[in-house]
Amino acid sequence: MSHAIVCRELVKHYPGKPPVEAVRGLDLEVREGECFGLLGPNGAGKTTTLEILEGLLDPTSGDVRILDREWRTHEQEIREAIGISLQETRFSDKLTVAETVRMFRSFYRAGMAPAEAVDVVSLEEKADAYVVQLSGGQRQRLAVACAIVGDPRLLFLDEPTTGLDPQSRRQLWDIVNSFRSSGRTVMLTTHAMDEAERLCDRVAIVDHGRVIALGTPSQLIGQIGGEHLIDFSLMETSQPLSEDQLQRLPSVRSAHANGGTYRLAVDKPHVALPALLACLQDEGRELSHLTTRHGTLEDVFLSLTGRRLTEDADVVA
Amino acid sequence: MSWRESSPLWQLVMSRIRLFLREPSAVFWVYGFPLLMLVALGTAFRDDPQERIMVDVVGSGNRETVLERLRRESRFQIATPADDGWRKRLQYGKTDLVVEADAATPVGYRLWEEPRRAESRLARYAVEAALNGPATSTPGPASGPEVRRLEGAGSRYIDFLLPGMIGMGLMGGGVWGVGFVLADMRVRKLLKLFIATPMRRGDFLASILISRVTFTVLDVVFLIAVGAWVFDVRCQGSYLELGLASLMGAACFAGIGLLIASRAQTIETVSGLMNLVLLPMWVFSGVFFSSERFPAAIQPVVNLLPLTALNQLLRGIMLEGASMFAFWPQLLLLAGYGVGTFFVALKIFRWR
Ligand SMILES: Nc1ncnc2c1ncn2[C@@H]1O[C@H](COP(=O)(O)OP(=O)(O)OP(=O)(O)O)[C@@H](O)[C@H]1O
Ligand SMILES: [Mg+2]
Repeated sequence: MSHAIVCRELVKHYPGKPPVEAVRGLDLEVREGECFGLLGPNGAGKTTTLEILEGLLDPTSGDVRILDREWRTHEQEIREAIGISLQETRFSDKLTVAETVRMFRSFYRAGMAPAEAVDVVSLEEKADAYVVQLSGGQRQRLAVACAIVGDPRLLFLDEPTTGLDPQSRRQLWDIVNSFRSSGRTVMLTTHAMDEAERLCDRVAIVDHGRVIALGTPSQLIGQIGGEHLIDFSLMETSQPLSEDQLQRLPSVRSAHANGGTYRLAVDKPHVALPALLACLQDEGRELSHLTTRHGTLEDVFLSLTGRRLTEDADVVA
Repeated sequence: MSWRESSPLWQLVMSRIRLFLREPSAVFWVYGFPLLMLVALGTAFRDDPQERIMVDVVGSGNRETVLERLRRESRFQIATPADDGWRKRLQYGKTDLVVEADAATPVGYRLWEEPRRAESRLARYAVEAALNGPATSTPGPASGPEVRRLEGAGSRYIDFLLPGMIGMGLMGGGVWGVGFVLADMRVRKLLKLFIATPMRRGDFLASILISRVTFTVLDVVFLIAVGAWVFDVRCQGSYLELGLASLMGAACFAGIGLLIASRAQTIETVSGLMNLVLLPMWVFSGVFFSSERFPAAIQPVVNLLPLTALNQLLRGIMLEGASMFAFWPQLLLLAGYGVGTFFVALKIFRWR
């Protein structure tokens, strides 16, 4: 299988007081035709990694190969074959959408018609509107249009959906999905795990400049033990339960107690749940609350680092 | 796809031109503001509100009589330059009228005026009245004094001002149109996105220069046309050389603009650098009044400023009808600034 991106022992230090070790020995292999996600909290080094891969930033050390070529020797060739949307670009306010896309198209030798790229991101209605008149989601889609207008084999998207409402996010997901279904490669960053789960074939979870977990979303969720989670809490009057006791229940992979609330990772909820209820009955404990749900990448990150991926906890549900 | 759609150079140049034309404030500062200045200053300095009439008295013959008569009225400010310098003084507006005493003329003197300047006309009437007034013992001949006109234009303030405004426009256009625009693109991360594509950097820089040249031509033609229509300002030298000198100035300031923008990562930095460059030259380079009025001690510095050189060059061509090559030190200085800044800027330019 050929690789769209290979990087080995990537290191990036920003000089300064104190110096920042943004990337500390990062290895990645992105296969051709897959959608690969870099998932991590703010400051994890996602943008830095991406910009090194995009040939916009020189690594302190490490090797990068893009589409089997090196930046040093084949820069122009690689540029013709990739499309890039940066984390934050403010296009010229007083150019129209069509003019902006047409300008970007002129930079590539081959590619799609500018109007087609505008169609793909559903901005036909705004083709003659100035950039300054676009909403945030429309601007993101314009950035994607400029990234795909050269018909790239490999597309880089840095946080394409951050700050967008759910509908705009889903629109962008559709664009990415249809791009990838034509056999091309997408590499994106995000700190929304639902996005990574929905969009990416494989995910690398990055923290403090290192990959701390790598695999398909379901593999990663499986790794934390059990794809299903049972959260419950007891009435205040009840005596607490021990983790050991819970761990011995059938089909339970792990158990965490945190104050009055408990989390069980289980393989088969239809086995674990009756056993749990029977156990509570025997011990004479009363439930105040119980939910079951699928494990998410958020839980993976939490179990690996003890921290949450995003500050806003409501994204978990 | 048409060639226009597939040519990056065309697309980049058109984008720059569109962006400029769609930004009303930019259009105002580049075209409207110099025009307003021109009209305001050209009008304001047309009349002398203090009624001070500057008269030079020269020649021999009954010069003392003329002087004595004129001195009776305090509004006359009389100078008696010894040499031939009065022609220049009249031409540059340092005096309003010249009375040349000459016994060979019917009334004993001849008047030199500059017909384009209203002050000169007024001075003539005032002087004629003073010299022929009731105090005169000899009856004035009905024909009046002989009046001569100085050949050639370029003696009014507006004539002096217009080349200065052209110079100022070229400076502002270069520094703003290249410096600010590039820094703004860097701040927007557009520059980074451009070089993330296969776009050639040469095309990009060429597009900046081409749009600059386009605007320079418009800029200069516009000011000269308004000057000619409204104030009857003429260029004494060759219009072609005036154009070449303007392009030279534009190129020099484009280089300076490029240098200003080469590292700046915030709009505040680039604004500060722009003011640092623009302000001293607005003050010292002789846009509104001759830079020679500054003390001799600072003249060497003043003369090293690129705008001083450009203004001297433009005034030489427009006012004195000189060949631009007579101002080779100025040309050399401008070329030096242009080439020097361009290469330094390219060396240290931050694309990312
Ligand atoms: N130009 C720079 N100079 C110094 N430090 C930098 C620079 N750019 C990034 N950093 C630091 O490097 C670290 C990684 O930054 P990076 O932008 O790669 O994070 P990220 O994962 O993309 O974060 P986010 O989700 O907020 O975009 C951060 O600690 C950041 O402060
Ligand atoms: Mg980032």
